[in-house]
Amino acid sequence: MGEMDDVVKEFLVESYENLDRLDSDLLALETNPQAREMLASIFRTIHTIKGTCGFLGFARLESLAHVGESLLSLLRDGKLGVDAQITTGLLQMVDAVRKLLANIENNGAEGDEDFAALKAQLTLLQGGHAAAAKKPAAPAAAAAPAAAPAAPAAASPVAAAPSAPELAPAAPSAELAAPPASAAPASKEPVQAKPAVHAKDGGASVADNSIRVDVGQLDKLMNLVGELVLARNQVLQLSSLSNDNAFVATTQRLNLITTELQESVMKTRMQPIMTVWGKLPRVVRDVSAALGKQIQVEMYGKETELDKTILEAIKDPLTHIVRNSCDHGIETPALRAERGKPAEGRLTLRAFHEGGQVILEIEDDGGGIDVERVKRKAVSNGLITQEHAARMSERDACSLIFAAGLSTAQQVTNISGRGVGMDVVKSNIEKIGGQIDIANRFQRGLTLRIKIPLTLAIIPALIVTAGSERFAIPQVSLIELVRLEGEARSKSIDSIEGAPVYRLRGRLLPLVYLDRELGLAPPPTDDTINIVILQADGRQFGLVVHRICDTEEIVVKPLTKWLKSIPVFAGATIMGDGRVALILDVLGVAQRSRVLGDGHERTTTAADADRLRADSQRKRLLLFQVGEDLRMAAPLETAARLEEFRRADIENSGDLRVVQYRGEILPLLPLAAAFGRTSSLAQPERTSVQAVVARVGGRNYALVVERILDIVEQELKLDPRGRRGVVCGTSIIQSKVTDMIDIAAAVRQLDPSANEAVQLQEVLA
Amino acid sequence: MSNATRQYCTFHLDGSLFGVEVGHVQEVLRDQEMTPVPLAPDVVRGLINLRGQIVTAIDLRRRLGRAPLADGARPMNVVVRSDEGAVSMLVDDIGDVLEVAGDVLERPPENILPRSRELLRGVIQRERDLLLVLDIDRTLAVAN
Repeated sequence: MGEMDDVVKEFLVESYENLDRLDSDLLALETNPQAREMLASIFRTIHTIKGTCGFLGFARLESLAHVGESLLSLLRDGKLGVDAQITTGLLQMVDAVRKLLANIENNGAEGDEDFAALKAQLTLLQGGHAAAAKKPAAPAAAAAPAAAPAAPAAASPVAAAPSAPELAPAAPSAELAAPPASAAPASKEPVQAKPAVHAKDGGASVADNSIRVDVGQLDKLMNLVGELVLARNQVLQLSSLSNDNAFVATTQRLNLITTELQESVMKTRMQPIMTVWGKLPRVVRDVSAALGKQIQVEMYGKETELDKTILEAIKDPLTHIVRNSCDHGIETPALRAERGKPAEGRLTLRAFHEGGQVILEIEDDGGGIDVERVKRKAVSNGLITQEHAARMSERDACSLIFAAGLSTAQQVTNISGRGVGMDVVKSNIEKIGGQIDIANRFQRGLTLRIKIPLTLAIIPALIVTAGSERFAIPQVSLIELVRLEGEARSKSIDSIEGAPVYRLRGRLLPLVYLDRELGLAPPPTDDTINIVILQADGRQFGLVVHRICDTEEIVVKPLTKWLKSIPVFAGATIMGDGRVALILDVLGVAQRSRVLGDGHERTTTAADADRLRADSQRKRLLLFQVGEDLRMAAPLETAARLEEFRRADIENSGDLRVVQYRGEILPLLPLAAAFGRTSSLAQPERTSVQAVVARVGGRNYALVVERILDIVEQELKLDPRGRRGVVCGTSIIQSKVTDMIDIAAAVRQLDPSANEAVQLQEVLA
Repeated sequence: MSNATRQYCTFHLDGSLFGVEVGHVQEVLRDQEMTPVPLAPDVVRGLINLRGQIVTAIDLRRRLGRAPLADGARPMNVVVRSDEGAVSMLVDDIGDVLEVAGDVLERPPENILPRSRELLRGVIQRERDLLLVLDIDRTLAVAN
């Protein structure tokens, strides 16, 4: 059964459910033959089974259902009245269908029985009552094997009905006679009876292993888990102040269980992307047939799972993008031949996880975007000015396709090209916290890359303060955090005609002061400045906040109508201390402070675009100091997080120093020890240590460094002569010699147990 | 109007006695810790955490166009049910629950300021004072 096709499995579950209902429907129909609605519903059920059978290639089942359907259609149209014989016939058909389904479930095939007699009987019944009455005995006898197991099952609902009133008066009397507690066993009986009936039908069938749950019910469950997460956060905060070890331990346990529960509940809402992709090949086929194109669809990562709400939300945008690719993107075979491409175009859909988000890519090998034509069109539509078009970067020009009212299709087809759609696609994706990016290769193809969160209800967020209030920033929009002190502050923050800008590794980022933007009191003058680099609408800006606190899982709650009109807030949440905090809508903040620019305010130049392209070949490096004298770097993506641990929180485990970190034990490994230097861990006068948290072999480790220096972005030229041990080469960064280290190798060297897990597995294998 | 008696939850605000039908009222709370909402309309004082539910607190003095409460004075929360869930109305002080015959509600006099007049369902004359009955739906409607 493990290999059973999902489609068949789903068909079985659905059919079993429908059949159960059919039994009771048919019996109800017998007592009330005039119930046309009931008949229509029975008809639909059989019709659906028949249709699906035909699709799945179950011929016997299909032909049986077909005969039943014909009889039902006569009943439904009022050409035939329902009587006991017809009901019996239909019930027998239901049983036969069940039997066939059971065969399919157990053997994957329908089996040999062809139910000819039953079909003959059903056909006969179509001829009217008189005809059927003539020879009822023979077919009934022939159908007996099927009917026999059916009788008890079919009879049970009937039996239950009259017995219910008998039970009802009995229960209160039992309660009167005995204390309520002893009445409980009595009331259990009817409950027990039910599973017994089911078991008779065929043991643990597919239908028994899965149940259909109302999505509303799951939403409710998710809300409750959200409440639990909030309560957990509050308890965690309380326990951090407590000295009661038992309480702290219980809290840790509560913490772990809550996290696991949250993940499990979220999982129930997850569905593979294939549920949305499934209908796309058909869309492509239809579109390409209509346009005389040949397009092949390839899909990778079909099993990538997403929250149901999100799947619903991306269904239409995705279909639209695919249609667009087929229509505007991929060329006609003739044009493709001219451009030296194979006649058959290729549309590739990819889905995968990356950094807690899901990436969806839609790539075609068509003509891409003709940037110049887009610009001309946008100018003629009055979206941008001629001079603006001239200095617009390619990337910005590409994003024009998301502007309302712009269509670059040479001609409007009935498939697309009316200039509505891509703007809706973009806003729909942004509504669920997603982002869409374009990678254009003119005449060679186009890739649309959509980043979406896994789920909407509970999201990781960075907590910051401004004024005296806390605000949550969804981590999805977060690029990096910058802390400037003293001289660095005045050196890298400038203002252009009053507008503050920050120089981040040679790039100018507009700055937004959160307190000013929200009309809050500015913080007391301070030597440090905290900047949260955010991304909105594909562009980055720096948000200046008073303090940067921690990241936290928050439960998003909507704002009431009084506050909905404020675009800078996406909702509110309850923090660990029970107070409410507002969630910032990063796009809203950016728009309000006008850092995204709109047409006339744009300052992007061609040079910018060139540099952006160069950026993509550069590497982001984390710089840190080890011991007194060593400058080291590691690719930023190898570090999961940067942390500072208080000495008071550091505990011992064997010869390891550890801290409790997000519900697990995190070993602190002194990187300095690998180079014969003294680690900051061994300096008791240090009240805190800085560390790079990295994930190696599925576990977290903290590499303790002397100091985290900076994050730089540059082209990496490694001199291999410096290679030894965990150092994979030397480079000059910020005009200083810097060792490039392999974080994973360092972890393995400093904590041999990091290898052990792997070795143990090898031993066991 | 029927002769059945009606119950009003009453509260004091800027020297007047106001009432809302008890059916609207979910609960009455002391001063709660509140998170102000920047850029919000001035009648919104903030958000409070009501057992895990986030509730908007409306400054009823401002809503009625009265002078703000003196600094340091702590308002009470009258939490009422609305279509959008609970909303808290901040009042000076809580009064008794009054039982009043159903037919004594009079139209608010014409000379009351329009801003507060349109939020009133009517006035009930009592021996010593007047009970101003609030129209909850209009009070909680978003003012533009």
